[in-house]
Amino acid sequence: MSGSAGDGLLVVVDSRIHRLPAQVKIVALFVFVLAVVSTPAGVFWAFALYAVLLAACVALAKLPVATVMRRLAVETPFLVFALVLPFVATGPQIDVLGVSVSESGILGSWNVLAKGTLGVVAAIVLSASTAPRELLAGLERLRLPSTLVAILSFMIRYLSVVSDDLHRMRIARESRGYAGGRAGHLKAVAGGVGALFVRSFERGERVHLAMQSRGYTGRMPQLATSGAARNQWLEGLTISLLAVLIAVTARVASL
Amino acid sequence: MSGPSIHVERLVFAYPDGRQALYGVDFTIQRGERVALLGPNGAGKTTLVLHLNGILGSVAGGSGSGRIQIGGSDLHREHLPEVRRKVGLVFQDPDDQLFMPTVRDDVAFGPANLGLRGSELEDRVQEALVQVGMQDHADIAPHHLSYGQRRRVAVATVLAMRPEVLVLDEPSSNLDPASRRELADILSGLDVTLLMITHDLPYALQLCERSLLMDAGRIVADGETRDLLGDAELMAAHRLELPYGFDPLSVPGPER
Repeated sequence: MSGSAGDGLLVVVDSRIHRLPAQVKIVALFVFVLAVVSTPAGVFWAFALYAVLLAACVALAKLPVATVMRRLAVETPFLVFALVLPFVATGPQIDVLGVSVSESGILGSWNVLAKGTLGVVAAIVLSASTAPRELLAGLERLRLPSTLVAILSFMIRYLSVVSDDLHRMRIARESRGYAGGRAGHLKAVAGGVGALFVRSFERGERVHLAMQSRGYTGRMPQLATSGAARNQWLEGLTISLLAVLIAVTARVASL
Repeated sequence: MSGPSIHVERLVFAYPDGRQALYGVDFTIQRGERVALLGPNGAGKTTLVLHLNGILGSVAGGSGSGRIQIGGSDLHREHLPEVRRKVGLVFQDPDDQLFMPTVRDDVAFGPANLGLRGSELEDRVQEALVQVGMQDHADIAPHHLSYGQRRRVAVATVLAMRPEVLVLDEPSSNLDPASRRELADILSGLDVTLLMITHDLPYALQLCERSLLMDAGRIVADGETRDLLGDAELMAAHRLELPYGFDPLSVPGPER
């Protein structure tokens, strides 16, 4: 149970992208996504180029394509929204396979789909190539307030502890012959969440005691050891800068 | 260090909700001694231990009175950081003690708070991990370790601060027999003053030549572990029982 939540989403292989410092990858992701969302939806060739860039990234990071595809599942709710859009949007209608749909709806749908997928894949590359600890160290290097870094770090650490607690509580409930309907089950889970909150709160107090016992005075020690070198920044940002170039060209072209 | 490792005089403490936990505790532990703190649940053992590094009590801004000396000097608000280095506390649940992303970060937490940096810090972490035999697991996340390994890392997190007194809260609880023995091997090899809360009476006899028996917020007996465990009347009066078939006179005591 505890093993599954292990190193987060990290895919353990050695690649150029895995070796890049986390802060570089975070900035690269941010710039890439900004470039993608600022591209007008109608410039299809730009999105094709982004996709090629990302595919190159996935290949460079030696990520199994199947894993990337599986993780794309987080996008499903947006997909549903995108699929509904052509039928609910207003404006001039066109016929596709005998069904009348909104033209602007189709473009909007494409917009959500293309930008969403590109963003998600880019985030998958980051999460699959960076261990949670590195990610935290990277955020710290990027001057994210240390309190926030500490909160994130505790979240990563205690996620598995809390989910184990929840799992044990469910087993205990079912072992005592609990068989409510769907609604009854929800009720029991709600009660369980309350108990879980109290437990976690108490654990928080004990952790704080343990921290104080080891001389904690309100400042977490630094996780990061060294900054990124200039050429690492250049290497990491290459793809994002290409994306920016494409976005600017697309803007100019669609004027 | 001059004076006894721990000296406690007339220690009284009540929790903020009014529940009185300590009713005047007195004891002294000399440097290098290994002492077990025995007693039924709710006797105040953990409360007492949390006083020793100033987490509870008047030093921490709470209620209570009495006097605590660590290494001959009084517990004062000004030198709490120093006291917390000297008195290393290992908590019962290693998941409370290990809160950083990796074992290495966690062991480094204490010494980093003491101001160590760079290679000095790394050496300290390595040294502590070697002491508990966990040097090959430094880059693993704590939740990937077995319970016994987590307990050992918890001990390392405290050893990394080079404490003069090591205080453990039920070190053998929830451990399988092999982990329990491995931990005993580690503990008996350490050159520190040891105070250990435990319900595991054979463990107390194996590791500690002296025991304090606590009940209802008071120390009710203080003596050689073997004598205390052999006193059936005393044991029964304070809800302590030896495991089935265990005779404290039949086994060798701690090897010093």
